[in-house]
Amino acid sequence: MPSMRETCPEKVEDILRRFPQRKSASIPLLYLAWEVYGYVSPEAMEEIAEILGTSPADVEGIASFYTMFPLKPLGKHHIEVCTNISCHLVGAQPLMSHLENRLGIKSGERTEDGRFSLQSVECLAACAWAPCLHVNGKEYQKVTAENVDELLNSLD
Amino acid sequence: MAQETRVLLEKLGTPDLLTVKGYRAAGGYQSLEKALKEMTPERIIEEVKKSSLQGRGGAAFPTGMKWSFIPKNSPKPVYLCCNADESEPGTCKDRVIIDENPHLLIEGMLISCFAIGSHMGYIYIRGEFHRGAQILMMAIEEARREGLIGKNILGSGFDCELEVYRGAGAYICGEETGLLTSLEGQKGYPRNKPPFPAISGLYNSPTIINNVETLAAVPSIIERGGDWFKSMGSEKSTGTKLLCLSGHVNKPGVYEVVLGQMTLREFIMDFGGGIPGGRKIKGVIPGGSSMPVMRDEDLDVKLTYEDIHAAGSSLGSGAIIVMDETVDMVEMCLLLAHFYEHESCGQCTPCREGTRWFVQVVDAILKGEGHPGDCDLLLDICRSEFTSICPLWVAAVWPVRAFVTKFREEFEEKIRNGKYGKKDQPAAMAMAG
Repeated sequence: MPSMRETCPEKVEDILRRFPQRKSASIPLLYLAWEVYGYVSPEAMEEIAEILGTSPADVEGIASFYTMFPLKPLGKHHIEVCTNISCHLVGAQPLMSHLENRLGIKSGERTEDGRFSLQSVECLAACAWAPCLHVNGKEYQKVTAENVDELLNSLD
Repeated sequence: MAQETRVLLEKLGTPDLLTVKGYRAAGGYQSLEKALKEMTPERIIEEVKKSSLQGRGGAAFPTGMKWSFIPKNSPKPVYLCCNADESEPGTCKDRVIIDENPHLLIEGMLISCFAIGSHMGYIYIRGEFHRGAQILMMAIEEARREGLIGKNILGSGFDCELEVYRGAGAYICGEETGLLTSLEGQKGYPRNKPPFPAISGLYNSPTIINNVETLAAVPSIIERGGDWFKSMGSEKSTGTKLLCLSGHVNKPGVYEVVLGQMTLREFIMDFGGGIPGGRKIKGVIPGGSSMPVMRDEDLDVKLTYEDIHAAGSSLGSGAIIVMDETVDMVEMCLLLAHFYEHESCGQCTPCREGTRWFVQVVDAILKGEGHPGDCDLLLDICRSEFTSICPLWVAAVWPVRAFVTKFREEFEEKIRNGKYGKKDQPAAMAMAG
């Protein structure tokens, strides 16, 4: 696998230029690794460590601290369901159960064909338009166990 | 019936508001021009002090006073950080400004940077706001092209850069010092205060951290004056406030109101259009998940920071979560306990262990495996509330204490009817056991 400095050197340089201290680039570089490789791979973390002049363990510590960074490949459609209080009050639990049944996976898992992965997440700040879920970062509001199949069917 | 008073949301719905041209056509960037060309930084801080604007992120600290803590003639650069980490469950107001009127935030930040002597502002936005981050980056880029960001802004001689920094899913980074360590590229571990960020913040430099809504209020204060802002609302709750209404209401939404014009119940019933199915309210969390839940009979309190504080809770971030009579309060308590357990950064023992302990005890009660005395155990754990570096542990304690205290009968009933409950004894005796 070619490194990020090989595939997109200008993006790496642009990130490094943006901050007065190099270490601030860690989170943007983890985002870049996710974008380039589809997840934050051990090799990517080694490269980031090299770029920042720190240890791979330090970078892995940072990557694993932030829940969004996937340390293993996600499904083609990564579904994140808010299960916190405002969504819970208006049907997040039945929504999550429906998705688990329909996809045959639990939160934190990926379907065997790699098409879907599912994750229950904390509040997504869509409380007034609950229940809410994200598919690959795109927000869908007022999604319920009753109408979510329509959304799933629209995903290729 | 109480009405909305739109100041921050006033321009919403005008065409092309996401562009500099559209925002300008709606009167935008006039306050920036006025601030840079007709006012001194001291005058701006005075005006903001006069407005009595309080921080809108949850802590309600007076903004003008916070700004005045920046040392004069600091040899180090001064930074402004906009807290756009909006992660407090129930809160969804800052995103309305970011998504629909990003130039209002940019204008507010530029004026604020000028006031505190900063030439660099960062917007720390939660990672889940993919769209919001895109909108802000595009807006900043366009503003830079139009001479509103960068060198010699509007010919005033003032230089200022703005940059978006995306978080990546960590509630703790909404805590101001956690935000700073995250922005420095580390795990978002909060720091001990003092030193306060105004003295030693980002990269050990003087730093002001303000919430999105706070910064977005600044242009209107510059335009119409601090006295005008203060003329709205109550003595201690001035201006307008964005309120997020969610849970069991017919019309959830984000509403901008003048505080003090209505009671909490009137707000819920008028703006929220009542409770689905005409059911009764059981409890309301008035300021985001960290704030103590209130019972139905306590909701006839005036909707201001000070009145809700006097009633034993807090308006916090302005997130009002309504729970109707069908809600199991033990389950709600567990859900929130889980949240804080998940989000504790793990630095401080009381928080790391306490949040886990809360979950174990409340989970057992919910499953019918609670023991008599568990309520007192939970309240006992709560006594260590002020023993951690940052307020996350306090934020975990307050909801648990409030749920257990205000809905104790529900907890005791589950314990009584559970595996270890003494079914043949009255509740009081079981509790004593």
